[in-house]
Amino acid sequence: MAKVIMRIWRGDADGGEFQDFPTEVSEGEVVLDVVHRIQAEAAPDLACRWNCKAGKCGSCSAEINGLPHLMCMTRMDTIPTEEPVVITPMKTFPIIRDLVTDVSFNYEMARRLPPFAPKDPGPDGTYRMQQVDVDRGQEFRKCIECFMCQNICHVIRDHEENKAHYAGPRLFIRYMELESHPLDTNDRRELLRQEMGLGYCNITKCCTEVCPEHIKITDNAIIPLKERVVDSSYDPVAWLGRKILRRTKKTADEAAAYRRDPQRAKAGK
Amino acid sequence: MSTQEGVRPAPVPLVLGGARGGPKVRTLRRDSWKKSPLITQGYLILFVVYATWAAFQNSNYYVGAGSHRDLISPFYSPCIGASCVPGSHGSFYLHWWTYSPALVILIVPLGFRITCYYYRKAYYRSFWHSPQACGVADGHKKYTGETRFPLIIQNIHRYFFFLGVLLNIMLTADAVMAFRMPGEGIGFSVGTLVLCLNAALLWMYSISCHACRHLCGGHVNEFSKHPVRHGLWKIITPLNAKHMQLAWVSLTFVALTDLYVRLVASGVITDPKIF
Repeated sequence: MAKVIMRIWRGDADGGEFQDFPTEVSEGEVVLDVVHRIQAEAAPDLACRWNCKAGKCGSCSAEINGLPHLMCMTRMDTIPTEEPVVITPMKTFPIIRDLVTDVSFNYEMARRLPPFAPKDPGPDGTYRMQQVDVDRGQEFRKCIECFMCQNICHVIRDHEENKAHYAGPRLFIRYMELESHPLDTNDRRELLRQEMGLGYCNITKCCTEVCPEHIKITDNAIIPLKERVVDSSYDPVAWLGRKILRRTKKTADEAAAYRRDPQRAKAGK
Repeated sequence: MSTQEGVRPAPVPLVLGGARGGPKVRTLRRDSWKKSPLITQGYLILFVVYATWAAFQNSNYYVGAGSHRDLISPFYSPCIGASCVPGSHGSFYLHWWTYSPALVILIVPLGFRITCYYYRKAYYRSFWHSPQACGVADGHKKYTGETRFPLIIQNIHRYFFFLGVLLNIMLTADAVMAFRMPGEGIGFSVGTLVLCLNAALLWMYSISCHACRHLCGGHVNEFSKHPVRHGLWKIITPLNAKHMQLAWVSLTFVALTDLYVRLVASGVITDPKIF
């Protein structure tokens, strides 16, 4: 049993301060175990969100010594304990109490995302996808929505005003999954450029560094999306090629009109 | 109307603001987060200082027939200025450009690397402090990213990639020409090896580029219907994962190649023949 001081942020929207909890750590324990021991022995009113304790629910995100981690997946023996271990709530989101934050920003941004709009089914009335096409999006489906990528992204972490027009890394992987989906007809590129703030990302890769599922958010989602936006908005040759070959994806509104009445949509009415 | 029908959902009201938790400090990190941006900064400054010095020298960039070699520095290839030393340029050159040819040529690799997705991360972190490290407060009051001039120009990266590929073709031709030993036939020297390695590393860096990955196959939505592009994408993807390493190694080696040719051309060392 090793002695350690856990320095935990206590407070709510009206303010707060650090409180030190001297405790002991057993071999193999994770930060969440120690926080639970503090709840049980010293501070029964300490607020902390958790659920699965297996790194799959994404509930126990917090900042440990200044960097976001899942408390249930961070072993105490990986943290230097000579100094107090500092635990704070995720900085980017409004605090509810102690280590619990209001992450509804992420759900509101998710509701702004134009949903999957499949093209017409095949002659047999079904949809078919090859395994190689299914595989591509699987990486993005590993996301557990811990929102640590959103939390660490400096675009909104240090600039609250950008939240109004920035979807953030978690949503960008969802956009990429849908944009590269072979059955989808929506074109979200202009939306990404103008309203979802893809251009705000400056590729500093912090989202990738903190992702507990090791999703290559920047390399496999954000940069490919940026390149797709270049195709649609900044590359004159690509624009000319699309015009000549008539390869234009429908915007969200066009796809909706097409599904309501394909004949009318084709006629451009 | 259901959102399942592909309709754009109604605008969702977003509540901004709200008190944040934690102390108002720049960072709570205790690890050595300053080290990496400082090393990057120092290394990039070192390279820029050397490259600028080398570009303005306008001498000692070509080892020609007098030394039984055909070695040209990558900073000066293709030698398209009117002041190029005899034997270093081809049939095409800008007769009106009398300054160092490197000042024209280096625009391409400079543009390619400045707009490169990896180097963007490197200099945004180390020079612009935006942010200096993850979890460290951004050094600016306002932030608009790459949405406005001048940073919106980063979007022309693919055009610098195309120009970079052309330059690579020329540097590959230089590497092939380096097997030519005027007066001695065909041979292989340390200089040949250096030019070959330099060309190979620059190809690896260019091919692993994110724009290349997108153009070769990343833009395709249905891989199963485009097996060739999917094949290319599968080759480039693992290389792309090493883009950072290739960026540093190729940057270092291109400077070392220039240095080697410079030392041989100025007579400080001789280029040993291997066979």
